[in-house]
This record gives sequence, C-alpha cells and structure tokens, in this order.
Amino acid sequence: MDLSVTLSGLKLQNPVIPASGCFGFGQEYLPYYDINMLGSFSFKGTTLAPRFGNELPRVAECAAGMLNSVGLQNPGIEKVIAEELPRLRAHFHQPLIANISGFSIEEYTACCKKMAACEQVGLVELNISCPNVHGGGLAFGADAHSAAAVTAACKKVCAKPLYVKLSPNVTDIAEIACACEAAGADGLSLINTLLGMRLDLKTRKPILANGMGGLSGPAVFPVALRMVWQTYQRVKIPIIGMGGVACARDVIEMMLAGAAAVQVGATNLVNPMVCKEIIEDLPGVMKELGILRLQEIVGAAH
Amino acid sequence: MIFVINENRPVAKEVFRMVLRAAIANEEVRLRPGQFVNIAVEGCYLRRPISVCDWDARTQTLTLLYKTVGTGTRALARCVPGTSLDLLTGLGNGYTPVEARRPALLGGGVGTPPLYFLAKELAGAGQKPVAVLGFNTKDEMFYHEEFATLCDVIVTTADGSYGQKGFVTDALPGLAYDALYVCGPEPMLQAVFAQARALPAGHAQFSFERRMGCGFGACMVCSCKTTAGYKRICKDGPILTKEEILWT
Ligand SMILES: Cc1cc2nc3c(=O)[nH]c(=O)nc-3n(C[C@H](O)[C@H](O)[C@H](O)COP(=O)(O)OP(=O)(O)OC[C@H]3O[C@@H](n4cnc5c(N)ncnc54)[C@H](O)[C@@H]3O)c2cc1C
Ligand SMILES: Cc1cc2nc3c(=O)[nH]c(=O)nc-3n(C[C@H](O)[C@H](O)[C@H](O)COP(=O)(O)O)c2cc1C
Ligand code: FES
Repeated sequence: MDLSVTLSGLKLQNPVIPASGCFGFGQEYLPYYDINMLGSFSFKGTTLAPRFGNELPRVAECAAGMLNSVGLQNPGIEKVIAEELPRLRAHFHQPLIANISGFSIEEYTACCKKMAACEQVGLVELNISCPNVHGGGLAFGADAHSAAAVTAACKKVCAKPLYVKLSPNVTDIAEIACACEAAGADGLSLINTLLGMRLDLKTRKPILANGMGGLSGPAVFPVALRMVWQTYQRVKIPIIGMGGVACARDVIEMMLAGAAAVQVGATNLVNPMVCKEIIEDLPGVMKELGILRLQEIVGAAH
Repeated sequence: MIFVINENRPVAKEVFRMVLRAAIANEEVRLRPGQFVNIAVEGCYLRRPISVCDWDARTQTLTLLYKTVGTGTRALARCVPGTSLDLLTGLGNGYTPVEARRPALLGGGVGTPPLYFLAKELAGAGQKPVAVLGFNTKDEMFYHEEFATLCDVIVTTADGSYGQKGFVTDALPGLAYDALYVCGPEPMLQAVFAQARALPAGHAQFSFERRMGCGFGACMVCSCKTTAGYKRICKDGPILTKEEILWT
C-alpha cells in the first residue's frame, strides 16, 4: 500500500501534515510520538519581527470546535532560523512547510526569500488569510487583486515551491485561487479559519479580548471540503486541504474532493497523538475502500 | 493516559472530589505539586485543566478537587465510578520547593487543591509548612481537615462563618513565614504579591489560570508577558515567581 503523495515535485511519505499554529515548531509533540513519521509539518506563522499577538483571552470553545485570536505570536524570522530550525534538525528529517505572514508586500517577500533559502524548508506557505491581525494577513487575501500582487512578488524571490494559503471569509474562494495561480503560485492551501464570535452571558461581552476570532475544528469540515471541491474544479495546481480534519476517513474525503495532501490543525490540540493515529489508520481504511495508491484518489469525486 | 474513576462526590457546596486510578500502571508518570492534568470531557471540544491535588505513584491514584462552574465541570460531576477518562498528565512546571523553615501555603477557594500535594511534599522533606485556606463561607470550605494531618492550618472565611473573618492576606502579617506558595483567584494573588516583596528571589511562587487551547505549549493562546519575556501559562507556568510577574 502506497501512502506517498507529491506536492510540486516534493515527495512526502504520506499526506498528513499538522497545520500552522497548531504544532508550534514541533518540540511540544516530541514527548507524544516520533514526529518524523509525518508527511511534513507547517510551522507557526512567522513574521519578520517578533510578535506577541493579541490580548488574552484568545481562545473560546463551541460545539465541535474552537475559536482563536492568537494574532500570529512568533519569535520573528531570525530566531526561527537561528534557533527553531536547528533544534528541529535532530528530530525531523522530512521537508518542512514554512508558513509566513506579513503586513506589507516587502515583509512577505523578505520572509519568503529567507525561508526558501533554508535547507530544511521544502515549500513556503504564504498566509494571506489570518483573520486575527489588522492590516496584514487577510487584508491581502480578501480580494483577487491584492492576493495576486503578493503572490507575484513572492514568486520572484522564492527558490522553493510557493503555496498560498486562502481565507474562507470571502464570497468566491475559487476566484482568488485562480488569481493566485495566474500570478505564479505553485499550489494552494485552504482553508484558514472562519471568522466567528462567542459571548459571555454573565458579562454580556465577547469572550475573546479581540471580539472576534477564527473558528476551526470538526465544525468547519463540510465548509472546507466544499471549498476544496470548488477550487479543484477551477485550478490545475495542487491543493493542500484542511479544516476540521480529525481522522483517516476525513483525509480520504478531502483527497477525493481534490486535496493532494491534508493538514490537521485544531485536532492536534485536543489529541496530541491524532496525526500518528491517522497515519496508522490510513492503510486499514484504504484496504477497506479498495485504495492501493493514495495519490490516485486525488479529485476522484469529480 | 486513561484513568478510571474510583470516587466522585461532593465535599462542599459545588465542589467535588474525584479519585482516579491509572487504567494501566505506568511507573514513569511523575507528577509534581502545582502541575495539572487536562481532561477530555464528553460533549466538550476542549479539554479542562484541573490541578493535581494528590498523586500516589505506588497505587497509581490521582485525586482532583474541582468546582462546578460550567458545562465541562458539571459534566464531570455527573460521571459515575467506573467511568474512564482520557487525561493528559504532568502538564506545567509545578512549584519548585525552596529551602525554608516556615513556608506558608496560601489557597483561595478551588485554589487550595495543588497546595495539599505541596504540603505533603514539604512536610515529607522536614519543613514545617502552615496552610492558610480562604473561603467565602463555611458551606464552601473543604479539605481543611486533610491539610491538618500534614501541617498547621488557618482557615479564613469572608463572612466569618468559620475560622478567622476576612481574607487570606489578613492572616498573613501574623505569620513568621520565609517562603510563600500561592494559588487562588487573581485579586488574591495580587494582594499577596504586594506583601511578598521582602522575600528572597524564588521564595514567592504564584499559580496562574488562563483559558487554554492545548495545555501543553503548542497553540500560544495562554501566553503572558513576564519580566523574562513571554511565557505560556500552560507550559512555562502555571507557576511564576514574584520576580517574573509584571505587577508593580
Ligand atoms: C492550570 C489550571 C489549574 C486549575 N485547577 C483547578 C482545580 O484544581 N480545581 C478547579 O475547580 N478548577 C481548576 N481550574 C479552573 C478550571 O479549569 C475551570 O473551572 C474549568 O475549565 C471550567 O470549565 P467549565 O466547562 O465548567 O466552564 P465553562 O465556562 O463552560 O468553560 C468554557 C471554557 O472556558 C474555560 N475556562 C472557564 N473558566 C476557566 C478558568 N478559571 N481557568 C481556565 N479556563 C477556564 C474552560 O476550560 C472552557 O474551555 C484550573 C485552571 C487552570 C488553568
Ligand atoms: C490556535 C491556532 C493558531 C493558528 N495559527 C495559524 C498561523 O499562524 N498561520 C496560519 O496560516 N494558520 C494558522 N491557523 C489556522 C490553521 O492552520 C488551519 O488553517 C485552520 O485551523 C483550519 O484547520 P483545523 O480546522 O484543522 O484547525 C491557526 C489555527 C489555530 C487553531
Ligand atoms: S494552552 Fe496551548 S500553549 Fe498554552
């Protein structure tokens, strides 16, 4: 049975990839399992300068999911390259996905160039869809023109495959996907979190200090699947599908809808072993469904 | 790690004691006072963090004390003995015991549980701790008798229905303490902090609560500014020393 998949020429031993922001820089999962079994992982969204992020509380719960308003807390790109990547080298030998974010095209291109130059990085994932920061992230991902502009600028300086991570908080995600493809994106990641909100009944105020936050977890799976489906019909470049994936069957479903690989986000937080479990469960589910090579089912639902 | 509930019953108004046993004995599990477990609760997406009140490695027995405040803790209170629960264990840094003759352990409400385990450890190491346990009223009081088997105990109640009338901090000036371990609501932590200045570095340790996503350091939702940079309350905390706290 063959679990391997290929993303823009990059071969992964399996399609299971922890999503950015839910796996830190890998260290916290070392006590739970050998993370080298993962296909890859997308590390915490990194910006040029260190960021603390938003005020607390920055998490809230809902039925089958959670909202976060972290706001891209990260130690800044220099520290990530000087400390986190070397620390990871002893434990992780698969190609990494470098998730980067910015507040201007210059910041995106600077991060992109630096990350693409790192030997451990297999591909760069441009986050233009963070709903938790003002003036950055989503400001670029909310319309086709600015998404294309930042993609084109990064493509020029990026020596590795460039994937653009899209927001579901738009009217037509496929339109933005097409604009990124035309601007030179090698692939797409979708979806980032859906903008949501919870109120505290006693204080009558939002639970999150930021008011709103990004919804993720199993609650969003059908929305994510639909968006992967729609995007697959409009683009030729590979799609990394994510949003609510929690088990091996969800991985298969995402791939049938058109995902060439699959990221797992929030579920890691409530079950730190979930990616290991998914990888171990996949062969059994494939056997049951008569799948020999996972790669062959990408988009098979269309 | 899977635990099976042995006992789950109220010990005071809206406060339950849950005693659990590891389903499969694991001698490697080392739990320290001030650490917490993160419990998967049926019907809740996120786990619920609860402090370790006692852990006996020999019998693999874990004791938790929790207050029913919302959906998750109320669901826990409905669990009957024999139920299995999935816990992440050994989370957080825990208290760091320091050399002291007379450590004072200050607990407010459901902040008292981790101090029980600490009192046991300090008393076992030959120190003479004194526990100051603060509650709103006598109805909400619990575990003062259990503490009394380990150390001296002073109880304060806000309404004077038991022990000394007032707050934990009212009892503090009368004590000749040389170290402080604190756990309780944040206003209490602040009030104690204001009285703790004279203690040597590392001799005043405070336990913090923040809403958590993962509880093991991966998601950054619990991160706080400290004098030593940003710290995740779940992983670099929940215990911070007075030197690390940014209050003035
Ligand atoms: C390190 C740590 C140790 C703790 N130890 C204990 C203990 O020993 N005994 C005890 O009774 N309580 C303890 N708490 C508080 C306990 O975690 C909350 O009371 C509990 O999570 C409430 O869940 P709920 O579903 O009943 O409330 P809800 O209000 O329905 O919960 C909604 C969400 O908010 C979170 N939340 C609500 N209140 C708190 C809080 N005070 N702290 C952190 N998250 C909160 C919940 O985890 C959940 O994600 C501790 C908290 C932390 C952070
Ligand atoms: C706590 C948290 C932090 C996140 N941080 C980032 C981030 O830094 N960069 C990014 O591109 N996406 C971030 N995301 C979004 C996830 O990578 C993912 O796109 C989204 O959560 C949907 O997947 P899920 O439902 O499996 O969580 C974050 C999500 C969560 C829950
Ligand atoms: S709760 Fe996830 S890092 Fe602290």
